[in-house]
Amino acid sequence: MAFLSFSGVGITAMSAAIPHKVINNYEYTDFFSKEEVKQVVDKVGIFERRFANVDTCSSDLCFAAAEQLFKDNNVDRSEIDLLIFISQTPDYRMPATSILLQDRLGLEKTCIAFDINLGCAAFAYGLTVAYSMMQSGGIRKALILDGETRSKVYSPKDRRTAFLFGDGGIAALIEKDEKFGNSFFSIHSDGSLGDLIKIEGGGYRHPSSSETIKEKVVDEYGNIRSDEQGSMNGSDVFSFVLANIPKDIKRTFEQSCVEKDNIDFFVFHQANDFMNKYIIKKLKLPNEKVPSTIAKYGNTSSVSVPLTIVSELGDKMHGTKTLLLSAFGVGMSWSTAIVSFVDCQISNIVEV
Amino acid sequence: MKIEEFIENFADQFDETDASEINASTNFRDLEEWSSLIALSIIAMVDEEYDVTLKGDDIKDANTVEDLFNTIVSKK
Repeated sequence: MAFLSFSGVGITAMSAAIPHKVINNYEYTDFFSKEEVKQVVDKVGIFERRFANVDTCSSDLCFAAAEQLFKDNNVDRSEIDLLIFISQTPDYRMPATSILLQDRLGLEKTCIAFDINLGCAAFAYGLTVAYSMMQSGGIRKALILDGETRSKVYSPKDRRTAFLFGDGGIAALIEKDEKFGNSFFSIHSDGSLGDLIKIEGGGYRHPSSSETIKEKVVDEYGNIRSDEQGSMNGSDVFSFVLANIPKDIKRTFEQSCVEKDNIDFFVFHQANDFMNKYIIKKLKLPNEKVPSTIAKYGNTSSVSVPLTIVSELGDKMHGTKTLLLSAFGVGMSWSTAIVSFVDCQISNIVEV
Repeated sequence: MKIEEFIENFADQFDETDASEINASTNFRDLEEWSSLIALSIIAMVDEEYDVTLKGDDIKDANTVEDLFNTIVSKK
């Protein structure tokens, strides 16, 4: 039972970048009727998303976010000793995107850089890795870059995924400081559910071939995608969430001895509004403490939790704040975190 | 738990289908309004009202409203 706690380390600054191209979901009707689209869009509560153009990668969004963060906080780049890039849409199969970003951002060659390949729950995973390494003592500042271009992953002809996903990138600066209180992390994995959200082809189990890029009708509803596009079993993901997420949040409260009333904001993974509303109701949370960006950015995978903080809490993070972060996704992999913030500097969102 | 109450809760998840069209022997997938989105609402309703987590296959394997009711009873 993995349960981690840290103190004296935290996020001192955050920034985000999103593509300038806005997709109006009601008008995303190339492959489905207006009526059918409206039905899905109203149910999931995703009205707009941002789509990166063909030349823009997750790393480009993160690069823009990082530059903004450096500028707004007068960060000395030579002090960044750790760079973690979280994404499942890297630039290349190799080398790791984090290493290319070390050079692009002008960081020292003494900087540790590696990628974390995880989905929606990954931001909290990244924090645990950064916080752990910071505690070794040999790292002055750490930078977490978390970016996704989910728009490039899913088929616009598969109604189960066509209207959900969007793109974005964030940067978070991690520093040691006695001002930070305790942070707690409960993290989990269940590979038996690996098929619930998956891209079957293009890895080394089923390498790219003329077969894997062929579009096929995949179910009785006539949904179409190739084996190199993402598939998702939405109803089983929802069942998973109902069975596991509220339970893990309760367990995190018990283990940390933090009271629900002491949480300033609950930031959930922005999967869809129907699901989030249900969780909020089930946990009896006050709506004003649950910021949401699902309507304007959609599901941006691991970016959605930090992007929601940057977008919605920019002017609300002065002083000491305790946030609960809850996310779940592909794997399945899920995380609940109670994170201590003190005067976190949040930049305005950059459009790329 | 009573099947009459379940049928009522089940019918509540539909917007356009009249409750009178839904009874124990209704093949719910034949209803015009049935969709995977309605299935999500059914899963949420069953979690809330009966404290049972239905999976996609539980719904797929049921034909009638009564079949689904029996699945929930067996999972209680």
